[in-house]
Amino acid sequence: MMVASLSHASYSATFTSSPSKTIVSRPSRFSPSFKVSTFLPLTVKPLNSTFTPHAQRAITAIAHATSTPSSIPSDTSTKTFHGLCYVVGDNIDTDQIIPAEYLTLVPSNPAEYEKLGSYALIGLPSSYATRFIEPNETKTKYSIVIGGANFGCGSSREHAPVALGAARAKAVVAESYARIFFRNSVATGEVYPLESEVRICEECRTGDVVTIELGESRLINHTTGKEYKLKPIGDAGPVIEAGGIFAYARKTGMIPSQSK
Amino acid sequence: MASSLVSPSPASSFIRNKKYLGFSAFPSTSQISIQKCKKQVSKKIVSLMAPQQSERKPATTGSVKTGMTMTEKIFARASEKPQLSPGDNVWVNVDVLMTHDVCGPGSIGIFKKEFGEIAKVWDREKVVIIPDHYIFTSDERANRNVDILRDFCMEQNIKYFYDIKDLGNFKANPDYKGVCHIALAQEGHCRPGEVLLGTDSHTCTAGAFGQFATGIGNTDAGFVLGTGKLLLKVPPTLRFVMDGEMPPYLLAKDLILQIIGEISVAGATYKSMEFVGTTVESLNMEERMTLCNMVVEAGGKNGVVPADSTTFKYLEDKTSLPYEPVYSDAHASFLSEYRFDISKLEPLVAKPHSPDNRALARECEDVKIDRVYIGSCTGGKTEDFLAAAKVFVASGKKVKVPTFLVPATQKVWLDLYTLPVPGSGGKTCSQIFEEAGCDTPASPSCGACLGGPKDTYARMNEPKVCVSTTNRNFPGRMGHKEGQIYLASPYTSAASALTGYVTDPREFLQ
Repeated sequence: MMVASLSHASYSATFTSSPSKTIVSRPSRFSPSFKVSTFLPLTVKPLNSTFTPHAQRAITAIAHATSTPSSIPSDTSTKTFHGLCYVVGDNIDTDQIIPAEYLTLVPSNPAEYEKLGSYALIGLPSSYATRFIEPNETKTKYSIVIGGANFGCGSSREHAPVALGAARAKAVVAESYARIFFRNSVATGEVYPLESEVRICEECRTGDVVTIELGESRLINHTTGKEYKLKPIGDAGPVIEAGGIFAYARKTGMIPSQSK
Repeated sequence: MASSLVSPSPASSFIRNKKYLGFSAFPSTSQISIQKCKKQVSKKIVSLMAPQQSERKPATTGSVKTGMTMTEKIFARASEKPQLSPGDNVWVNVDVLMTHDVCGPGSIGIFKKEFGEIAKVWDREKVVIIPDHYIFTSDERANRNVDILRDFCMEQNIKYFYDIKDLGNFKANPDYKGVCHIALAQEGHCRPGEVLLGTDSHTCTAGAFGQFATGIGNTDAGFVLGTGKLLLKVPPTLRFVMDGEMPPYLLAKDLILQIIGEISVAGATYKSMEFVGTTVESLNMEERMTLCNMVVEAGGKNGVVPADSTTFKYLEDKTSLPYEPVYSDAHASFLSEYRFDISKLEPLVAKPHSPDNRALARECEDVKIDRVYIGSCTGGKTEDFLAAAKVFVASGKKVKVPTFLVPATQKVWLDLYTLPVPGSGGKTCSQIFEEAGCDTPASPSCGACLGGPKDTYARMNEPKVCVSTTNRNFPGRMGHKEGQIYLASPYTSAASALTGYVTDPREFLQ
């Protein structure tokens, strides 16, 4: 199994105005065991040759790379997401994604990170009959969230995309995003924020099996048989490609690399 | 003043990033504005399109600068570039980074992971750490989060840490301030022309000082902590021109609710909102802060009010750091321009469950309410309480529902107990509130604006109907998912408390 290993190395923080120090970088909180196992297609049969064991390992590694905002470059041309989708409406604000009472959980603390995930989308009103996470469970069975306009509006709380990612959602496909949520998704690498050309939230139902092909900018709903064009990622592309804001800054020389 | 429909091409340079068009089905923003103009002439609000300037390309032998908006200029200076256009992605130097107890620990965690356990912040005088969200609670994690902030501040020798240790008596904490956005202003951290980032969506409040201020997440904040820079995209600017004398029953909250109702919760996504006009010039700093505070509720990236003598006077006794205001060029390009004749506007509410669910307060007078909440960065400042007191003085009666008062900061709390309320014969706000039967003003913090831990004062733990001076009313915002929150100005909130129904303050003020 390919794993993302961060270099345990020293580098000088020459960027800051204080005297440079030799620092040993710590392992990322995204240790390999977090995401890899849950990328396996869930209750659905593997879809054709994309999911042969060899390809599956490669996809697993790439999927893991997206979730690690580190120095691992992610190759979008072959990346796919596959699984059940969970459909929500317009203006899903951050209080619905992760209610404020759970914000005492600190996302950079691994145990609290997992706990955050268990509360993802728990703020949705009771009109949503199907819960994103079953009451007795801590992870979601829906890899992909499909939303309407202005997804993630409201607060700047990074806990929002973190909760979705910690719950094991892989991507959000919304008609449009609120600015801070989109930015936080890109910066953390927790969920891939994609935009649809049309309101697929009106054409998909929770539980539909979908595949997203990033290279093709395409979403396929296997349950309905329909395909949808996705918008290109735009300016955020280079940051996502690099693996998040820190990786991008290192790649472009804005901050020193973590040398081997 | 009608303007001709311009061809999409000058506008297209602003439409480079489709993310800031909430509706891609429309041909161009200009057509929407013109249609609004035709439809709403009878509504006394006229939205107009500013004449689009064709951009002048720099001559090859020298640079001919194209006009820039305030926000573009601030970006240009902060990124050390002579000229910028909306859509440009640049690394900006950050003047102030703010964080609080909810997002601080996470930001610190990322900072340490990415820069190392013993890394130092880029500038110990430019990081302002303000515990304010979950303070007066017995929730252990919430208390622990304040401890995390303290440990970090001690380790980094952070100059501005507004600490609290004694949760039983806020006054026993000399450094503690309260709500971060109000503390930033009161402590002189907001200065014209600067870049202020904060791990809170209402950081945009500081735009009232003519600076670029916006909310960011933990990861971005962790990055800024180590570098003092951030990669940001230059937003195009929407201009809101408000002219006319403020009627005595309107407040800045009504103005911003008007605007959000006009353009929707995504109407300003990725855009800057610039507020100008004689009405804006007549507002004091706290009212300007209210205006900019809810920019994020329209999806806005930031709000700005040009700095003027009101700004300079406010800052006189608060900061000795030099600053240089910037102003939009006369020939700068704006994405759209909206004009309002303020004298024609009426008190508003935002009905459940969205800040853009605008309605006239007088058309909601059959809505029975259970409680009123006056507090938060939006509506818990000294001016907000003075306004509420004015209504109680005019009425002379008692409130009919529990009325919760949560001053934003220690300074505001003190003002409630010391400042005389005009027209009351020398009484203070606190006396007037007591006579009206309101709850005693609570310990300053964000309080129940966002619900918080279950034991938070005034949290909505059962489905109730609340009129509130706060900023958001999405489902569950103040605690209970089925709670109904009507956002309103302090005038409208006080009036509603007196009748037990949503009430237009003209019942008491004229």
